[in-house]
Amino acid sequence: MKRAVRGALWVVFGLFFLFPLYAMADFSTQKLVGGGRTWQAWVNLVTDDALYQAIVVSLLLAVFTVVATLVILVPTMIWVRLRVPWARGAVEFLCLLPLTIPALVIVVGLRNVYLWVAYFLGESPLTLTFVYVVLVLPFAYRALDAALSSIDLQTLTEAARSLGAGWGTTILRVVVPNIWSGIVSAAFISIAVVLGEYTIASLSGFETLQVQIVAIGKTDGPTSVAASLAVLLFGFVLLLVLSLVTRGRRRVQGVTA
Amino acid sequence: MRGGTQRSKRLTEALPLLPFLAVVVVFLVIPTVTVIVNAFIVEGSLSFSRIRALFSPTALGALGSSVLLSASTAIIGAVLGAVLAWLIVSSPPSSMVRRAVISLCSVLAQFGGVALAFAFLATIGINGVLTAWVQQAFGWNLSGSGWLYSLAGLVLVYTYFQIPLMVIVFLPALEGLREQWREAAVSLGASGWQYFREVVVPLLTPAFLGSALLLFANAFAAYATAAALVSQGNPIVPLLIRSALTSEVVLGQAGFAYALALEMIVVVAAVMAAYNVLVRRSARWLR
Repeated sequence: MKRAVRGALWVVFGLFFLFPLYAMADFSTQKLVGGGRTWQAWVNLVTDDALYQAIVVSLLLAVFTVVATLVILVPTMIWVRLRVPWARGAVEFLCLLPLTIPALVIVVGLRNVYLWVAYFLGESPLTLTFVYVVLVLPFAYRALDAALSSIDLQTLTEAARSLGAGWGTTILRVVVPNIWSGIVSAAFISIAVVLGEYTIASLSGFETLQVQIVAIGKTDGPTSVAASLAVLLFGFVLLLVLSLVTRGRRRVQGVTA
Repeated sequence: MRGGTQRSKRLTEALPLLPFLAVVVVFLVIPTVTVIVNAFIVEGSLSFSRIRALFSPTALGALGSSVLLSASTAIIGAVLGAVLAWLIVSSPPSSMVRRAVISLCSVLAQFGGVALAFAFLATIGINGVLTAWVQQAFGWNLSGSGWLYSLAGLVLVYTYFQIPLMVIVFLPALEGLREQWREAAVSLGASGWQYFREVVVPLLTPAFLGSALLLFANAFAAYATAAALVSQGNPIVPLLIRSALTSEVVLGQAGFAYALALEMIVVVAAVMAAYNVLVRRSARWLR
């Protein structure tokens, strides 16, 4: 009886969540005129110039965001733990703040800031990197915080320093290899966030992947659906690999908002 | 004197935090403060005209729909998400199925956005796969009257990311329930139902309510899915902000977006404050 209820529930949830994904795969390979199957929508992902450009922009943004986030956050968090523990609460508060302030609010207040950014760095979509660093802060912070908590940072750094290593060497060659799982988590989750981001990019007028998907959707549904499904699957594989790499030592990090 | 040098030493030690602080201040704090200030300051002087515009029928209607959408999807998402989380907890902890389900949940809950709108367009849109099947089998038109683009459609699409979010935030609380507590209750003569009603429910209530609040805030602030689905009209606050931003003349009121964004900050902050109180209560026994 209990088993039957449980099995039935699994089937219902499975249908609700998997059917739309199946429908996307079906829809994106349909010939809208005349019936039959075609891979045209999937071929468009690389042959459609605007879409291909947008994919490249989004991938570059993902790489820049990951690098910038790690370069800013890892030394900051290490330093806070070692030298300025009184600032730890404040740093944590700032890192988790983006969970409370919606991206939509940030983009409304961003116009003046972006006038300056455009003035100094030009109007490249890659300038979105700065805002995206803020967006991924909560996720990256949680992942890195968990990794740093699991090692004896004080002893490690003191040992490295007493053997003559500078701060750069200590962080890069002693601490980083020990918090590698946290760094991988932070990177993967940041990539997924950046590839899925639409709010800020569209309202700032930059052509990222998601913005293009919506723009194309007005004329060519199957291509948009194919691109959407590709992004979802990519994110799914990324997070699944992450949960396998961290080998169940911790739950999928950073996703508890 | 000594106190002074100590303070300056403390500040010198905090210098390496500057790059981090600069990014957060420029790209998070300044935009937020800009929104709050501009909601009250019109052309250099204090004015409540933008705030007053929040009480216009259009803005109030959008707020009402947003609250309705967020509350209904929070309740549906919390209940069904809790059930799904319970199913997941009773499966083996490191099985591949469990990992896959949790990964899928995080993708849908956090990173779906635009893609979810297209998922439902492909399923029950005009040319949707399910629409075609049902049309063929029963002759009904699932996409009739374009309900997918109205508030009812948004409720359905939002549950598609609210349920997974509930799974992710509620799962840790469920996993915190210890097997020993059930054994203790049963050995004292409790039935399965009594254990559920008198041990599980009181223990999980704060976590459940907290998660539901988080879902509410999440739906209230969500933009991408609705924006991709609804291209005309402004049924909810985020979409009204979009049209206020892209055509600065909505309601003849330039800068109206600032007031709407402030409204969003206030609602989300209030809900998140309540959430934090509840989380602290459930943290007492968790882990």
